[in-house]
Amino acid sequence: MKHSSLFQAFGAVIKRDLLLAYRHRAELINPLAFFVMVITLFPLALGAEIALLKRIAPAIIWVAALLASLMSIENLFRADYDDGSLELMVMTPHSLSVLVLAKVTAHWLLSSVPLLCIAPLMGLMLHMNSDVIGVLLLTLLLGMPVLSLIGGIAVALTLGLRKGGALLAILVLPLYVPILIFASSAVDAAMSGFPISGHLSMMSAILFLAITLTPLPTAAALKISLS
Amino acid sequence: MLTKKLEARHLSCIRDERVLFSELNFVLTSGQVLLIEGANGAGKTSLLRILTGFRKPDDGDLFWDNLLIDDTQDFYQDTAYIGHNNGLKDTLTAEENLRYAQALASITATIDDALEQVGLNGYQDTLVRFMSAGQRRRLALARLLCTHKPLWILDEPFTSLDRASIKLFEQFITAHVMQGGLVIMTSHHDTKLPSSLVQKIHL
Repeated sequence: MKHSSLFQAFGAVIKRDLLLAYRHRAELINPLAFFVMVITLFPLALGAEIALLKRIAPAIIWVAALLASLMSIENLFRADYDDGSLELMVMTPHSLSVLVLAKVTAHWLLSSVPLLCIAPLMGLMLHMNSDVIGVLLLTLLLGMPVLSLIGGIAVALTLGLRKGGALLAILVLPLYVPILIFASSAVDAAMSGFPISGHLSMMSAILFLAITLTPLPTAAALKISLS
Repeated sequence: MLTKKLEARHLSCIRDERVLFSELNFVLTSGQVLLIEGANGAGKTSLLRILTGFRKPDDGDLFWDNLLIDDTQDFYQDTAYIGHNNGLKDTLTAEENLRYAQALASITATIDDALEQVGLNGYQDTLVRFMSAGQRRRLALARLLCTHKPLWILDEPFTSLDRASIKLFEQFITAHVMQGGLVIMTSHHDTKLPSSLVQKIHL
């Protein structure tokens, strides 16, 4: 008899979620299309003011990324809850927190990585300098996993509610604020030519705190939602 | 298979200020089936959810192998559950669903063997979406057969099964119990399980 290791289970959860996403390819495009559309509307609305656009470009991209992440996070546990596979995930000998981390990792791969790929293009469209785009990408790389991790707690808490969408946004957005502030001030500093290592260290610290701490309340909230 | 024992002491469940059951005691050991009977709303599913650890009993304790089930990790090593939903993913194939289940548990049989046993051979690459309700139920049973789980907790396992499938299900339950397994189930149907193995609780 072969026992499954925690590592195997972690991989299996990610693999299953990626496979499921592949079977629902159309839904994968939604957050990406939203991200691109919101950003495209800004130059149209502001007119030909390149200086202003350049100034607010990082903020536009970050807010659009944040809303796109919020849009897709709701599905993190919903489908599993509805078809009963969440119960099976809870009833494994493995630590639920680790399996939760696997699900969040899969969500990050599916929702944030495509945004990261297209963000430089959006930056160019908004007349950002290439070195500032680099910093923006770095902040997105450090910040977006935190959004998924924190969002996971709120999704797990609102799972029992039929229409949890609005409540989810109210719960999550205040928690997204610190990461938004650090990210935009890092890009601001880069634009003015100041060092950014302080901001990035702070964001990395938040990221590692989130990776280690958020799966615990998420797992606890999932168990509460199932009871 | 080692002898296992599930013991409930003074369980009670209160829902919306109604006492569904109280002072419920039982001991279930390897080689036994616990059949939970009761009218609709009597608390059968609530009891099962307490036994699976999803819900805390309002009073009383559960012991698995004489150890209090508090940290559920060891208990879940040995427990499988089929609820009202089968826990299958609609857009995965039968084989992918079972492979995922195996990755989270210990493996006893190959996927092909398990599918063959429940009469779903040839459905390996069929999406669950295209299966009938009865076939999904049988696929859920195949999940129990291909993973090593001494304790099966089944909520209404015979729903949407035809007579032949019910018989098949009963055979597997009997075989599992004969090999030293434990089964807890609720059912509306009259079961033809050997009465020497069955212990009944009426809620």
